[in-house]
Amino acid sequence: MDRTTPAPEALHDVELTVNGQVRRARVPARRLLSDLLRHDLELTGTHVGCEHGVCGACTVLLDGMPVRSCLTLAVSVSGRAVTTVEGLAAEDGTLHPVQRAFQEHHGLQCGFCTPGFIMTACAFLAEEPAPDAATIRDAMSGNLCRCTGYAGILAAVAGAAEELAGTGVDPRERHRPEGAA
Amino acid sequence: MTTRMLGAPVLRTEDPRLLRGEGRYLDDLGQGAYEVAIVRSPHAHARVLDIDVTGALDVDGVVAVYTYEDLPPRLRERLPVLIPHPALTAARTQHVLAAGEVNHVGEAVAMVVARDRYLAEDAANRIHVAYEPLPAVVGHERAASGQLLVHDDIPGNLAATLTQEIGDAPGRIAAAPNRLTFRLDIDRSASTPMETRGVHARWDADDQRLRVHSSTQTPTSVRAVVASYLELPLAQVECVAPDIGGGFGVKIVHPWPEELLVPWAARLLGHEVKFTEDRREHFISANHERGQVQFIDVGFDDDGRILGLDVRLLHDHGAYIPYGLIVPIITSTQLLGPYRITDYRVRFDSLYTNTVPVSPYRGAGRPQGCFAMERTMDRIARHLGLDRTLVRERNLIRPDEMPYDFGLTFQDGRPYAYDSGDFPASLAKLRELADWDGFPARRAAAEAAGRLLGIGMAAYVEGTGVGPYEGGHVQVETTGKVKVATGLSTQGQGHRTAFAQVVADALGVPFEDVEVVTGDTRRFAYAVGTFASRAAVMSGNAIHLAALKVREKALRIASEALEVDVEDLELVDGHVRVVGSPATSIPLGVLATMSNPLRYAFDASARIATQFASPGTTDRPPVAAGESPGLEGTDFYSPLRSTFANGMHAVEVEVDPETSDVRILRYSVVHDCGTLINPMIVEGQIMGGVAQGVGGALYEEMAYDEHGQLLNASFMDFLMPYASEVPAVAVDHLETPSPLNPLGIKGAGEAGVIPGSAALASAIEDAVGVGIDAMPLSPSRLHALRVAADHR
Repeated sequence: MDRTTPAPEALHDVELTVNGQVRRARVPARRLLSDLLRHDLELTGTHVGCEHGVCGACTVLLDGMPVRSCLTLAVSVSGRAVTTVEGLAAEDGTLHPVQRAFQEHHGLQCGFCTPGFIMTACAFLAEEPAPDAATIRDAMSGNLCRCTGYAGILAAVAGAAEELAGTGVDPRERHRPEGAA
Repeated sequence: MTTRMLGAPVLRTEDPRLLRGEGRYLDDLGQGAYEVAIVRSPHAHARVLDIDVTGALDVDGVVAVYTYEDLPPRLRERLPVLIPHPALTAARTQHVLAAGEVNHVGEAVAMVVARDRYLAEDAANRIHVAYEPLPAVVGHERAASGQLLVHDDIPGNLAATLTQEIGDAPGRIAAAPNRLTFRLDIDRSASTPMETRGVHARWDADDQRLRVHSSTQTPTSVRAVVASYLELPLAQVECVAPDIGGGFGVKIVHPWPEELLVPWAARLLGHEVKFTEDRREHFISANHERGQVQFIDVGFDDDGRILGLDVRLLHDHGAYIPYGLIVPIITSTQLLGPYRITDYRVRFDSLYTNTVPVSPYRGAGRPQGCFAMERTMDRIARHLGLDRTLVRERNLIRPDEMPYDFGLTFQDGRPYAYDSGDFPASLAKLRELADWDGFPARRAAAEAAGRLLGIGMAAYVEGTGVGPYEGGHVQVETTGKVKVATGLSTQGQGHRTAFAQVVADALGVPFEDVEVVTGDTRRFAYAVGTFASRAAVMSGNAIHLAALKVREKALRIASEALEVDVEDLELVDGHVRVVGSPATSIPLGVLATMSNPLRYAFDASARIATQFASPGTTDRPPVAAGESPGLEGTDFYSPLRSTFANGMHAVEVEVDPETSDVRILRYSVVHDCGTLINPMIVEGQIMGGVAQGVGGALYEEMAYDEHGQLLNASFMDFLMPYASEVPAVAVDHLETPSPLNPLGIKGAGEAGVIPGSAALASAIEDAVGVGIDAMPLSPSRLHALRVAADHR
């Protein structure tokens, strides 16, 4: 047990790009990226299920690569680009192809783990645009879901891969519906 | 023409906002709220000698620190026994904060309120609690021996003993040509929703009202208990369940200590306060389930028909018993499954241990009961050298015996009587779906390649839709949009979609025009909760009945306005129209306006309802006797007793001869939940249940050591299945509608999980030829069994 008088925490300026926008915050060194996103920037779409990196609900893209935001310190991402689940649907709310596939294949129930799966799937499909079923299962096996039994999630990722095939769309980018400027 | 929605795999209306990250879960609320950290006991059993909070007060940002001594008298009382039972003679529940003694690791001892959770945890770490550790009671045997006590004044650690009996089981067993006695063990698991528990409260000093948001399966009862313990009139308290990240039973328990402490502190401090449980806290302070020891004594004839069954259960309910005897009562009745057993005796002892309390986790005692019964069936088959499906077939209750009343009392205090089902048809479907008869050839081929294959099955019957009631409110707004509310809350079951389907059909309105709200006491104040696969049965039927009232009223108003008999009217596409003359119609929105006599034309459409707008009659009041304004209806559904869903699972496994690792090759489900509202949602429920069944059978346990320390209280060590562990599942439905409710629905929420352990035990035993009497079965445990068998 700590019996010393605690020193006030030093604060650090963080500047990062979130979903294409420059965001700034002043945070203690120990602040997690997940808390920065959720509580300083009020982007609560990123969820925290375990705070020890196992469940994957907090997965975001850091410079396009999936990371556990609950294991990432906010001060360590200054100057870098983060994409969260809020950065995928079109500005008018139209669902991103991966999001739409999750709805069409019943890939979510309570929806709590879903943002983590979506971000993982987007990064995976950017790297592996034509995956087979086994590869999809493998890629999605780093995230926990307690509701769906994963069947709908795996079908959704397969469906999204088909949807995206040949479009040249980078699934990590915000959705631009056809005809939109 | 409006298409029929009931039975259609409609995509969920919930999804777009959840997919865009716009869900509002508990921790997304109250961004400016003070946050709570709880000091929890590190000991399984100890006296609390002293709590020194001075160190915590030095932390910058700490607002308040509370211990038991700081609580008002009402909050010093123990938490309620939620479900009293005459046999529950020694019920003990916890205090919101420890009052001199702790009885499990994780029990709440003190509460810190601070500017944020980081600071609250800093302060919690600076609170010094002096404990005098006491010996811990862990495990069924140590509890049952009664040598050490969890609670000094409860001898034998025994909260309750309950016996139910039909016929003469001991006599029939003694006279039977064949008899087997054996013991089964099932470890603990837990609901483990991805979102932990949480509660947020705001006291509005201007309105003198308390708003509580809780991640709960029963907002109406949370509201009532908060009002009671905070000594506030019910009218000043409201409870809202926001989006909930899964429940699976654990969130039906209430009040958690934090559900009272947070609203109390919010009112006291005049500031929003929030508690969000972390994952480790969830393992050690949110309830578990499943753990049981079972002693089976069965007598049967040479064809495998059960003549008498005598079962004794030791049920470990943990340190406290807030949820009463529900889990062991369900085990003792639902154990019988689809089988005709006339001579049955079951006795359970519900025992205290120094572990996290036990309350229902999806399945709620049924997986254990199914395990007992199905292991019994397999043993009978093995004893007689008969096919396992044949032994089951011979014991099945036939459709012409429905309704089948066993003469036992179920968890709702009502007769344990099956209303419907065609069990032989289910078994035939399962054998076909799993290609049961083709298995010997598959096994032989695998054996030739040095591979070990096995097949197993398990059947269950699930009492769903228990009372006492649920209600629904349906209102057509003047825009023609339909607003629906029901009191129970939603944890991912797609209620907003399914209930909108029910209303769309009853009112003949487009599905897109129906919006459903659940779990908000401001919108619907009377409800029971979401548990026991009851939401679709209870709220589905209540909303259906409420919608029929609206339908009747719409037809009546239209009949008067059009001067056409009600019989000649129909509701189609949001209009009441004349049959055969669709051009003569009135939109429902206009009928809604007409239903509410007005003095003031607040907008153009309202004019038609004002007093000079139409001549009308002057010989009766504008709102006639027995009438009420508005095109809306409220109704309740309260069943005489539960309805019973059923199903059967078959699973084919491969066991690695070297490592004893189990791989599932094929998983088949036959399922009968009566009328399907939305088959896509039902299948999703089954798939999710199967995954939990697989987890419970092969991976999940609560690894308590003899000191009552939970050794695997994290997702690193508690092995919840990932996609890599869950098999593809083939599902076939049988639809025998329940005669007990208007929609013919039987619940579907828990079905998938129930037979998992039983079916997998059956398959693994078949593969390795070694008796399986305990679950879960890790590779190391299975390997030890195989090695022991080799050395016998």
